[in-house]
Amino acid sequence: MQFFGGSEISPAPSAPTGSGNNAHMMYIFNRNGVCLLYREWNRPLRTLNAQQDHKLMFGLLFSLKSFTAKMDPTSVEKGNLGVPQLPGQGCSFHSFRTNTYKLSFMESPSGIKIILVTHPKTGDLQEPLKYVYNLYVEYVVKNPLYVPGTPIRCDLFNTALDQYARSLA
Amino acid sequence: MAPPAPRTGDAVFANVERVNAELFTLTYGAIVRQLLTDLEEVEEVNKQLDQISIFRGYNIGIRLIDEFLTKSNISRCVDFKETAEVIAKAGFKMFLGVTASVTNWDADGTSCSLVLEDNPLVDFVELPDTCQGLYYCNILSGVIRGALEMTRAWCCMDKFHSAFWCCFKACISPEPNFWCTHQGMCLVRLATHPR
Repeated sequence: MQFFGGSEISPAPSAPTGSGNNAHMMYIFNRNGVCLLYREWNRPLRTLNAQQDHKLMFGLLFSLKSFTAKMDPTSVEKGNLGVPQLPGQGCSFHSFRTNTYKLSFMESPSGIKIILVTHPKTGDLQEPLKYVYNLYVEYVVKNPLYVPGTPIRCDLFNTALDQYARSLA
Repeated sequence: MAPPAPRTGDAVFANVERVNAELFTLTYGAIVRQLLTDLEEVEEVNKQLDQISIFRGYNIGIRLIDEFLTKSNISRCVDFKETAEVIAKAGFKMFLGVTASVTNWDADGTSCSLVLEDNPLVDFVELPDTCQGLYYCNILSGVIRGALEMTRAWCCMDKFHSAFWCCFKACISPEPNFWCTHQGMCLVRLATHPR
């Protein structure tokens, strides 16, 4: 099974517009690890090339999900560590924060994972991530020219995302 | 915890955009008719309605699931029984405006029938004698199969023959291989509902 499909970076470093430039980067992955979208607005440091960056991010999420589910004190049944979990099964982690950034994560039951990296002082982003998922449905899923499972090349979607990201407090 | 999702689908149905039911029915009828003219073989048409390609059911299903998830806010179902209920009540209600009923559970709880009493796809439709083997609503089984597959429910749909109910049987398996070998089997039986 091809696990990591080809993916290309689609950067759009928009000029800082003053207030409201809180979001740094966004990734969208599908179930198989294909990076459907990578968007950056504010990323001063890039250490890896795009492919490796995406793989690293996906691997990180996979491990974190597995790990958090395993450590869940409230659930009775836990799989073995490392066994792939169905999306939505077990507890799902929302975010982690360091002193320089906060990473928020949302996964839909259909396996679409949305990651948003922002300023560390940002509040809970589950609602904004749901809104982004909504945007994804409206602009990408309903687009008859889009082939599911391939990187997203849709200008309307990119514009809507940029606008929304700029409005995030 | 999120508030309990509206499992009946009524609230969602009230909120989504709708198209005229007759337009939908007639469009679908025209498509099936064109397929019959192009392909001439009833079996071929059955397959086309279900398969992966530009229009067919499976391709619709893999996109439909995301829309369903965003609009209905339903979290992952615990087991297959719940999945069947959600499809019948929320799913059908949201997209077709009618609910289906779930019946005929087998002993294991792995297969059931979804019965659509009031199927908008078959309004005004009469099947001529030459097309008796046609599974007119096959697109529905393709859609469901596509949607469930995206949530990792491996399922295969069984066929029925003739009869007066539009229904299809879905059975679920824990192993992906089972689904792969039965991939071609999604067919639906249909005839007009006796009014």
